[in-house]
Amino acid sequence: MEKELKVSAIKNGTVIDRIPSKSLFKVISILGLEHCHNQITFGMNLESKHLGNKAIIKVTNRYFENDDINRIALVAPSAKLNTIRDYEVVEKRVVEVPDEIEGIVRCMNPKCITNHEKIPTKFKVISKNDDVMLLCHYCEKITEEKNFEISTAQ
Amino acid sequence: MKNRPKSLISINDFTKDEILKVLELTAKFEENPDQNLLEGKVVGSIFFEPSTRTRLSFETAVNRLKGRVIGFSEASNTSVSKGETLKDTTMMLANYCDLIVMRHPLEGSVRYASEVSKVPVINAGDGSNQHPTQTMLDLYSIKKTQGTLNNLKIAMVGDLKYGRTVHSLLMAMSHFNTSFKFIAPPELQMPDEYCMYLKNKGLNFEEHTDFAENIKGVDIIYMTRVQRERFSEPMEYEKVKNVYILRNTMLNNTKPNVKILHPLPRVSEISTDVDNNPKAYYFDQALNGVYTRMAVICYILGIK
Repeated sequence: MEKELKVSAIKNGTVIDRIPSKSLFKVISILGLEHCHNQITFGMNLESKHLGNKAIIKVTNRYFENDDINRIALVAPSAKLNTIRDYEVVEKRVVEVPDEIEGIVRCMNPKCITNHEKIPTKFKVISKNDDVMLLCHYCEKITEEKNFEISTAQ
Repeated sequence: MKNRPKSLISINDFTKDEILKVLELTAKFEENPDQNLLEGKVVGSIFFEPSTRTRLSFETAVNRLKGRVIGFSEASNTSVSKGETLKDTTMMLANYCDLIVMRHPLEGSVRYASEVSKVPVINAGDGSNQHPTQTMLDLYSIKKTQGTLNNLKIAMVGDLKYGRTVHSLLMAMSHFNTSFKFIAPPELQMPDEYCMYLKNKGLNFEEHTDFAENIKGVDIIYMTRVQRERFSEPMEYEKVKNVYILRNTMLNNTKPNVKILHPLPRVSEISTDVDNNPKAYYFDQALNGVYTRMAVICYILGIK
């Protein structure tokens, strides 16, 4: 059979699909899954029509709020979420870049206080188009997508 | 911290109405600067970076209103030199005083301090970011000399990249349908975030490298210092160091109402032959700083 499941199906929980393979571990970290005790399976470097190469995460018995899931938009803007109940997909969601981002991206301004004291970064998203731009709540400087350094510490 | 007191960190923290209210109060303090409105109040003046005008005008403002000042003007003989964090220094000081006035070299530091302080905080300059009380005194000087803040043309000259005073002034003047001319060497042009800010508000601005030609027709010439240390190539500094000097003869064809502002200290960017020209306003501007800071302090403390 061509459509063989590379990662086993789950009965109840969430499947996060279409994650770029290179972002898999960032997504795990941003969602704090390393501290999650539910059963989690993931696969990476899977074939994908859309991405060429994708990763997938399946978390048993866990469902995500939109706010949580939008946090991964900066590293996996193409990701799709399927909510599974009794082996059936009951809801499909896409991620959206949120209006505000806290504690995920480092401010690129070396003179920003967030790079000198232990403070979670905080940004207002001022552009959500092709090039996402973040305005730092503290130093008021812009960090552009090409300069994103994702902080994995939660 | 929940229910944080009102602070002044960025000029954007104040609405247009609040700015106008502070300017009204400033005019009242100029008429009558010696009052006892701050009797029994202690103001913490903490300057992690050197300052002359800002620190002294804040302290003069508090003293004239009969308040007391505690604090330091350099961090080297405080616990900061032992590695104390800004958070700890701020939380400790907030126990001792009714208001904190802070200058710090790191950008965003004073915003952070206001988030951990239980008393209001006024930003007296955070790196190249914001200096809102300078902006208030600039606005007061503009209003006083032009009779209005509306529909004016302002030329900003010199270091527009690192100069925090021009950044704050630009944001404040954006409430008043201002047209801007940015005159700077290519290395020191207005950063994109501020140009984008004006674009989003639908305001006109032009960017130029030529100085003399572009000050004709403006109402305010806002001068700043082009500093040698801002250039990565010393040759680049040598090329432009004499280009952005305002000389008396350059004012011949400017508008009769034009006024020259400068946040000071001046080094060589305004020739001394301009000082006696009635269009020069920078020393009066510095005096306005005392009245403006009286107004800001009283407004923040809810006294007026």
